[in-house]
Amino acid sequence: MNIPESLHYTDQHEWIKVDGQVGTIGVTDFAQNSLSDITYVELPQAGKVVNQGDELAAIESCKAVASLYAPITGSVIEVNDDLESDPGLINTDPYGKGWICKLKIEDDLQLSGLLSAEQYKPLCEEQT
Amino acid sequence: MPFIPNTNLQRIQMLAEMGLDEDGLFADIPAEMRCKGMNLPEPLAEQELRNLMSALAGRNRTDLISFLGGGFYDHFTPAALDAILSRSEFYTAYTPYQPEISQGTLQAMYEYQSAICRLTEMEVANASVYDGGTAIYEAIMMAMRVTGRRRVIVDQTVNPIYRKMIRSYTHNLGIELVETRPQNGRARRSEILDNLRVETAAVVLQNPNFFGMIDDFTDVAEMTAQHGALSIVSCYPISLGILKTPGEMGVDIVTGEGQSLGLGLSFGGPYLGFMATRKKYMRKMPGRISGRTVDEQGRDGFVMTLQAREQHIRREKATSNICTNQNLCALTALTYLSLLGKQGLREVAQSCADKTGYAKQRLLQVPGVRLKYPDRWHFNEFVLELPARADQVIRRLLQRGVAAGFPLAAYYPDMEMSLLVALTEKRSKADIDFFAHVLEISL
Repeated sequence: MNIPESLHYTDQHEWIKVDGQVGTIGVTDFAQNSLSDITYVELPQAGKVVNQGDELAAIESCKAVASLYAPITGSVIEVNDDLESDPGLINTDPYGKGWICKLKIEDDLQLSGLLSAEQYKPLCEEQT
Repeated sequence: MPFIPNTNLQRIQMLAEMGLDEDGLFADIPAEMRCKGMNLPEPLAEQELRNLMSALAGRNRTDLISFLGGGFYDHFTPAALDAILSRSEFYTAYTPYQPEISQGTLQAMYEYQSAICRLTEMEVANASVYDGGTAIYEAIMMAMRVTGRRRVIVDQTVNPIYRKMIRSYTHNLGIELVETRPQNGRARRSEILDNLRVETAAVVLQNPNFFGMIDDFTDVAEMTAQHGALSIVSCYPISLGILKTPGEMGVDIVTGEGQSLGLGLSFGGPYLGFMATRKKYMRKMPGRISGRTVDEQGRDGFVMTLQAREQHIRREKATSNICTNQNLCALTALTYLSLLGKQGLREVAQSCADKTGYAKQRLLQVPGVRLKYPDRWHFNEFVLELPARADQVIRRLLQRGVAAGFPLAAYYPDMEMSLLVALTEKRSKADIDFFAHVLEISL
């Protein structure tokens, strides 16, 4: 199970990469593996404002539909349009080309409440 | 697979295992919403029951020459239709959750969807919903999902029975429903436009409208789109044999009642709601969808697709709580269209239009009878303005074996003298002449 050190995680298997005031969000290797082949991603509209924990996107696979929840409060500044033609990018490259959207971070303090790679790892092991 | 119900003893044992009693099972339903008893009569013996049902059935008149329409029509159904549909493989087929044993049903659904798309000139259709009224409701919900708005404009030229259904269905959903009034029997563009200036999810219209009038809604579809709303048109499938289709008008969602496609009147059902839309709205459309694909060995096959929209997967986030379709009715419609073919459908539609033309002309020869909307185009229905109350005229003509039409005052209070008359290919010239004759002597 791939769990990059430089990212923050949530217990809902989302990751967020922080770059100044911009947070790039996706789902983890564990999540893509559980979902299996992803067939469609319902992306949010640019400009959408979300509170931490709100549903941000919906990820559809052959067997289920999983919700992507906002790890922090913010507004959507960009979505990954490549996912429209190739939703499988989430399976093949969940931390890279399979990024889902970018949020403008409203409250830096929320980041300290998220999980580090160290803290996220045992969650995966528990749920396997 | 046999159905084996649980015995009372087994139910008691199961409840005990769960630590519940019968009431405990329903504890989540608020007390004020629970059933307080059904006030049913005493049971009858089998022969008593037969007598009761015969008496009820005997109150139906099946001998009348019918000019009754109002959304449901007396069309001809070929004998081959019944012969095909009563095959047990079709008659008993259930929901095709297992594609490997349901290829026949799934293919039929796919072909039905294709037929609806061809007929309406739209891009994608579902495998059907219950009837024309619930189809409009589903279309409204769909438009709200697409636009994120909660205000809907419904014109009063849309079938009043459907408008009542829409009001019932949306009653507790916090939707703002606005009804626009027609002018001279036609949807008034200025009133629709005024209402579109307030953020709206959808505009709902009907073609031909409830008064039988044909319209071209290309202008309304454009106007609606410009305001970020979706246009919904409920249409009469037989009329599409000769009329401009809603697809061609640029409409976003097309719905309608499929009863006239071989279903027979059956005292109100089962009927067939069809829905078709543009590809870009496909994932927001409710209902079953059959899709065509290839299996691992590259062979053509059919499956239920886009199931992630549906209730059995998405639960409360589903596009709708409908988790079925009118499979046998949809198959009826497909079979009817296949038997008639493109040419046959055009002939049926043309026959309806021709007989309507003759009926208008012949009925206007009756003294005191006029057309309520004289300068309008009609398909197979029109409104007559009578010198006496329509409901009284209907009663008199029933005694002479004619169902004269629909009394519009039932839903439009200021139209007491107005009668909605419908024609289908089944009415002969002799029928129409007889109608005119008895109408004249009854007035």
